[in-house]
Amino acid sequence: MLSTKVTCKSHGQDSSYFLGWQEYEKNPFDPVHNPSGIIQMGLAENQLSFDLLESWIARNQENDWFNKKGGSIFRELALFQDYHGLPEFKKVLAEYMSEIRQNKVKFDTNKLVLTAGATSANETLMFCLAEPGDAFLIPTPYYPGFDRDLKWRTGVEIVPIQTSSSNNFKITKSALENAYQQAQNLHLKVKGLFITNPSNPLGTSLSLEELNLLITFSINKNIHIVSDEIYSGTVFDSPRFVSILEALDPRISTRVHIVSSLSKDLGLPGFRIGLIYSNNETLISAATKMSSFGLISSQSQFLMSKILSDKRFIGKYVMENRKRLKNRRKMLVLGLEKSGIKCLESNAGLFCWVDMRPLLDSETFEAEMELWMKMVREFGLNVSPGSSCHCSEPGWFRVCFANMARETLELSVKRIRALVDSKLGINVKKYRLKKPHFTTSRPAQDLKLIQLQKNKITEKFEGMSAAAAGNTILCRRVMLLRR
Amino acid sequence: MELLSKIATNDGHGENSAFFDGWKAYDSDPYHPTNNPNGVIQMGLAENQLSFDLVQEWVKKNPKASICTSDGSNGFKDIAIFQDYHGLPEFRNAVARFMEKVRGNRVRFDPARIVMSGGATGAQETLAFCLADPGDALLVPAPYYPGNDRDLTWRTGIQLLPVICHSSNDFKITRQALETAYKKAQDSNIKVKGLLLNNPSNPLGTVLDRDTLTESLKFTNDKKIHLICDEIYSATVFARPNFISIAEILQENADCDRDLIHIVYSLSKDLGFPGFRVGIIYSYNDSVVNCARKMSSFGLVSTQTQHLIASMLSDDVFVDRFLSESAKRLGQRHKILSRGLSQVGIGSLKSNAGLYCWMDLRRLLKGPTFESEIELWRMIINDVKINVSPGASFHCSEPGWFRVCFANMDDETVMVALNRIHKFVIQTKGSSSDGINRKQYGRSKLEISLSFRRLDEIMMAPHKMSPHSPMSSPLVRART
Repeated sequence: MLSTKVTCKSHGQDSSYFLGWQEYEKNPFDPVHNPSGIIQMGLAENQLSFDLLESWIARNQENDWFNKKGGSIFRELALFQDYHGLPEFKKVLAEYMSEIRQNKVKFDTNKLVLTAGATSANETLMFCLAEPGDAFLIPTPYYPGFDRDLKWRTGVEIVPIQTSSSNNFKITKSALENAYQQAQNLHLKVKGLFITNPSNPLGTSLSLEELNLLITFSINKNIHIVSDEIYSGTVFDSPRFVSILEALDPRISTRVHIVSSLSKDLGLPGFRIGLIYSNNETLISAATKMSSFGLISSQSQFLMSKILSDKRFIGKYVMENRKRLKNRRKMLVLGLEKSGIKCLESNAGLFCWVDMRPLLDSETFEAEMELWMKMVREFGLNVSPGSSCHCSEPGWFRVCFANMARETLELSVKRIRALVDSKLGINVKKYRLKKPHFTTSRPAQDLKLIQLQKNKITEKFEGMSAAAAGNTILCRRVMLLRR
Repeated sequence: MELLSKIATNDGHGENSAFFDGWKAYDSDPYHPTNNPNGVIQMGLAENQLSFDLVQEWVKKNPKASICTSDGSNGFKDIAIFQDYHGLPEFRNAVARFMEKVRGNRVRFDPARIVMSGGATGAQETLAFCLADPGDALLVPAPYYPGNDRDLTWRTGIQLLPVICHSSNDFKITRQALETAYKKAQDSNIKVKGLLLNNPSNPLGTVLDRDTLTESLKFTNDKKIHLICDEIYSATVFARPNFISIAEILQENADCDRDLIHIVYSLSKDLGFPGFRVGIIYSYNDSVVNCARKMSSFGLVSTQTQHLIASMLSDDVFVDRFLSESAKRLGQRHKILSRGLSQVGIGSLKSNAGLYCWMDLRRLLKGPTFESEIELWRMIINDVKINVSPGASFHCSEPGWFRVCFANMDDETVMVALNRIHKFVIQTKGSSSDGINRKQYGRSKLEISLSFRRLDEIMMAPHKMSPHSPMSSPLVRART
């Protein structure tokens, strides 16, 4: 009676990780009303700089705009549904995008498409670049929401490019080739690479060398590159953010497409402000028409045009926001370090990629799930297990740090400490991890692990459509409105 | 390897059709009362601009509804970070309540079944994704809104099959026509998954009567297919007969399968807010609600807008006043246009809703063909300089019908348009009192002996001046 899209599981929300979300909603932490509740650390949101936005609002009352235009602005906005977008908004959005790329790239408003959030942008790109059954290669670990956004209604497949902690999860040439081969073995036509830069969940940005590797690969295979740069405004430390647009080779200029949004750096996910940027005119034309299915409310376009055109404010905001993100990360990393827990070296994002392998009872995903359940239920921490991000190795967790008050983060660090203490102290000492690599002194076991992973790859992929897409999708459904 | 997908490079978006020539003519030469008085007048845009003064007054008096004013800004953070696809509870409650009021409180809507979408455009597509697989079909009574082709089929891969309606019975939908369309699909091995009704109808401007709705419900129940009712124009009904929603018919037919019933709604037409992208799916099927809700991630309503709408629609006094005043103004405007047309012997389908008239220009055609219709249409655009929409773009089965919109302009512009039409008709076919066959209008019951003077009196009757033509705004370059 209903379509297969209703009855299949590709929306990814039936995973067992939903349990963590449910647990959180049943028992949400509140410093006053529920201090022993579950702390939400699975939500990649930026709540650190709202005071700056709030004071901007206080200084720039809407009434001023209203009175200036004699009350007609409301009507004009209410009627404005042109999918080309509000010109003044596009102009300042393009300028903002350039600014957070240190003006090394200039954005042309004619190559910009406005969409209702990056969610809509990503899906629209898949509709434009691939037929049902075609595939995109995506480096693991990746944002669980992609299983829904890229695959569900489009019929596109995802083939993972496996990365490993042995080289800090960097993408290698052989991993790219393996993934491509994997797709061929499954008789899937590869249409492109899909990268998130800076990475979710790793929090790292790609170097020029890495970008060139991806570009060379894509030129050779004659495929597209989609670069989701939604976290580009959250880069708080060196190395500086390098957009793929900087590395652009003329041979591939019509096959590289950027996605971004204001949800992460400006912390405004509710307003649904996303974009696609590309040199490919046909794509821009098609995507613009498709944006009809998810246009940005003119009211929000107008508000954002006001905020983004205040260059002085934006300049200050960007600097201050970065500072706060950097401090927050430091707080979490140092706090975890005291408990013997290491985080991947990172310079961006709203989260740390935390190495909890020392706490696993065994090097298996089952043990990872057990540890995760323990963290949620016994220690009141909703974090995102690596397997929900399709990580190839068990034991890694994404822990968010920017969606809570400082004191809450301090408390969560204490709780993790307690978790570590509750485990055999021995484990922690045994895994004395050295910087910068996380290799252990047990190569034989590593090999065994790698073999296990290799066997698991095929199973994992086949199960992927129905598999866990996990916690992070659910993290995009926010907690109840605070009063 | 093909660079882009088939969807990206085919014509499924519908914008390469010849009918966009009207838009292009308007875009390149838009009418303005002082700057371009000989420009093309836009009468192909179904927008409701007649009651903005009421809304603006409310917005001014209710600064809390905006998160950018001193009264409302303490809610800024909470609104800005809220992205739950269930929507703000107050938003859902207010929309449900508003929908009930529009139906005279004769039905109840459960806010938990309200699902957001990117306008009705997004709602239609989402429902198509939920109810049908690629290759399946939906039956749609013709003439129908051209956007349906894009919204329902472009990315979904489903097809639309017309249910033919005729002017001989005022384009009513008959059981016979439904059965014929269904059988035709079966004979071609096409699986029909549902029937899409638009009530009130675009482009007809008529409401479906109780019998037609009940018959449609029975038909879909018998065939075990879905019934989607697009009720986007529900609050534009300005005269009897009253609007009857499928929700009411459901109440009267308790034994039918509720899992097959879905309503599409939006605030774009009733309130005149197309820019705010407030689309709604209301389904009686739990699985569809759940699935559509997940899909709404691709087109959520901005929380800033949800907040504004929640505030506005929970103001009962405002809503009651708006609904009655808006209907009154639409009725007056409709009267002016339809009478102005009838003065020169142009009939239109008797209608009591919508933002347009379904004009009968059959007697102006060279011959009863679609080629003649296109020819006449080009003449109207190029010589009369009015953008109207030809019936063929609505998949009408008979040539000669045109949709002409009346609610997207001010009073003066309507007069200018009518004057141009009068001149054109008089030039091509002689004056209004010669050679008109009353029988052509059948049950349309038009008065055609109205003098110009009387028309002016109607125009000058005391009522609020409508807002100026949209072209004075540098912001607006809207589409359909």
